[in-house]
Amino acid sequence: MQDVIEGRVWVLGADVDTDGIIGGKYLTIIDPNELKKHVFEIALPEFAKGALPGDIIVAGENFGCGSSREHAPQALRAIGVGAVVADSFARIFFRNSINLGLPTVEASGVRAIFEKGDTARIAMRAGTITNVRTGASVRFPPLPHHLLELLEVGGLVPKVRQELEARARGASA
Amino acid sequence: MSTQRGHGATLAEKILARSSGLDEVEPGQIIEGKVDLAMMHEQGAQTVGPFHEMGATEVWDPERVVIAIDHWVPASTEGAAVLHRILRKFAAEQNLPHFYDVGNHGICHQILAENGWVVPGDLAVGTDSHTNMLGAMGAVAAGIGPTEMAAVLALGRLWLKVPPTIRINVKGTLGPGVVAKDLVLRVLGEVKTTGATYKSVEYGGPAVAGLSMPERFTICNMTTEMGAKCGMVAPDQTTYEYLAKIAKHPMHPLQPDGDAAYERTVDIDLTDMEPMVACPYSPDNVRPLPDVVREHIKVDQAFLGSCTNARIEDLREGAALMRGHKVHAGVRFIVSPASTAIYQQALQEGLLELFTDAGAVFTNSSCSACFGGNMGIIAPDEVCASSSNRNFPGRMGPKEGRIYLMSPAAVAASAIKGEIADPREVAA
Ligand code: SF4
Repeated sequence: MQDVIEGRVWVLGADVDTDGIIGGKYLTIIDPNELKKHVFEIALPEFAKGALPGDIIVAGENFGCGSSREHAPQALRAIGVGAVVADSFARIFFRNSINLGLPTVEASGVRAIFEKGDTARIAMRAGTITNVRTGASVRFPPLPHHLLELLEVGGLVPKVRQELEARARGASA
Repeated sequence: MSTQRGHGATLAEKILARSSGLDEVEPGQIIEGKVDLAMMHEQGAQTVGPFHEMGATEVWDPERVVIAIDHWVPASTEGAAVLHRILRKFAAEQNLPHFYDVGNHGICHQILAENGWVVPGDLAVGTDSHTNMLGAMGAVAAGIGPTEMAAVLALGRLWLKVPPTIRINVKGTLGPGVVAKDLVLRVLGEVKTTGATYKSVEYGGPAVAGLSMPERFTICNMTTEMGAKCGMVAPDQTTYEYLAKIAKHPMHPLQPDGDAAYERTVDIDLTDMEPMVACPYSPDNVRPLPDVVREHIKVDQAFLGSCTNARIEDLREGAALMRGHKVHAGVRFIVSPASTAIYQQALQEGLLELFTDAGAVFTNSSCSACFGGNMGIIAPDEVCASSSNRNFPGRMGPKEGRIYLMSPAAVAASAIKGEIADPREVAA
């Protein structure tokens, strides 16, 4: 993860649930590259075809509510989303995203300053999101150090792998 | 004791301090918690991939891992059969002895409860969002995703943000025909479905002290519908007696401080409270049952089941009304006990006979009709009176299906009358 993330914006409303991100009928798909074809089929149908790597999702309150399915952030990551920003998140979606290494930023008031196609610039450590077109910006409390570190290594899988490798080296040293 | 904030600690703060080896913690702080119990159901099959990708070779402590399959038991689709096989293979490879497989199965949360897998002071995690139910033991119990479960299996710990606590003080007594389910629906009506997001819900007060363990399971179960990370009741004599013969591990009981710093306190008085019902399409769309009864809402299906309300006490509550009555013509009444042990108990007490004589279908123990993916699915525009916990669009199949959440007695009353009914108006 870079400290400053910049990308083209797609906007969504409030209360987008995990069914709206990836429908229940796709939950038996294991390959993320298959999964990504169906992302936002209900909430934003033109997204799957039009998305470019690095695009940023900007949503309203309570993004990712509903079930605990990890398929939702998995599909977003697979299609190359650079960051997900929302006025607020549901608890398990937020955790799942960070654990998968998908930058996830909660910034109250952010939805109001963006329109589709704008460019967003997110300064992760400084805690600001700016609309490059209009100059408008909102501040957010930066993620705690521990979570920034988790994003930097790419999520929980590489993080635990590093830790286990270090432990194995320690044991054989 | 005092904390940095100059206030006492809540129960969640005490437990998370213990599990992270710190003297004290405060809301917002990120901690690494040592996990006392990890539970997986079918969604756990998705942890196997990341577990191997992490380079993990063995589970940190096989004695603290429980696998309980429950959503599709026995497997009703090929996909479910594959998930079950992934879990069986993983359990065999890793020598995980505590696998509740077909024949010894039940809803994962009930399996943890009735076998004493979670004890006071524990940090427990599970791959299901209703893991909150086990907070009734005086523990922090939370739902997590499959990738973080893989990390838990590899390391025995996980990162957690210490949640602020909402305290729910309950006083007064439940009137005749009014039960713990009505209490939690009433709380949901006040706190709403996002009112406790990221937070801990701590129940207390004289009325909670008087609740049995099954009743505490019911009220902690539905803290998930409030968005809560966890919901709990501090341990007391009731907890210790319930666990006396079954606790799998030593307890480390903790209590909230008398001057704990709560983010918010909600006071509930049970005096004169009516039975409650959550109407479509949200668990917080709560109204007094008599108001809904007056609308004569015809019922197509009645469901007495789920982790919220399918313990033996719940089945007895429904059975007490069924005695001497028949299921109304045109109603499908599904009764699904929460575990094999409860099934056997119901058999011994003659409840299977009673329900089936009345025209109900008494099923194998599983999640059953609760989640619309296995059996008991309703048609579009049909109505189900249910003792479960969610009534979002599509929860029992089609998005138009209308689910009313209520107590086991109200479900039985509705099955008898053929419309949403008040158990106090059905002569037992
Ligand atoms: S009974 Fe329903 S709520 Fe409980 S674990 Fe099963 S599907 Fe989930």
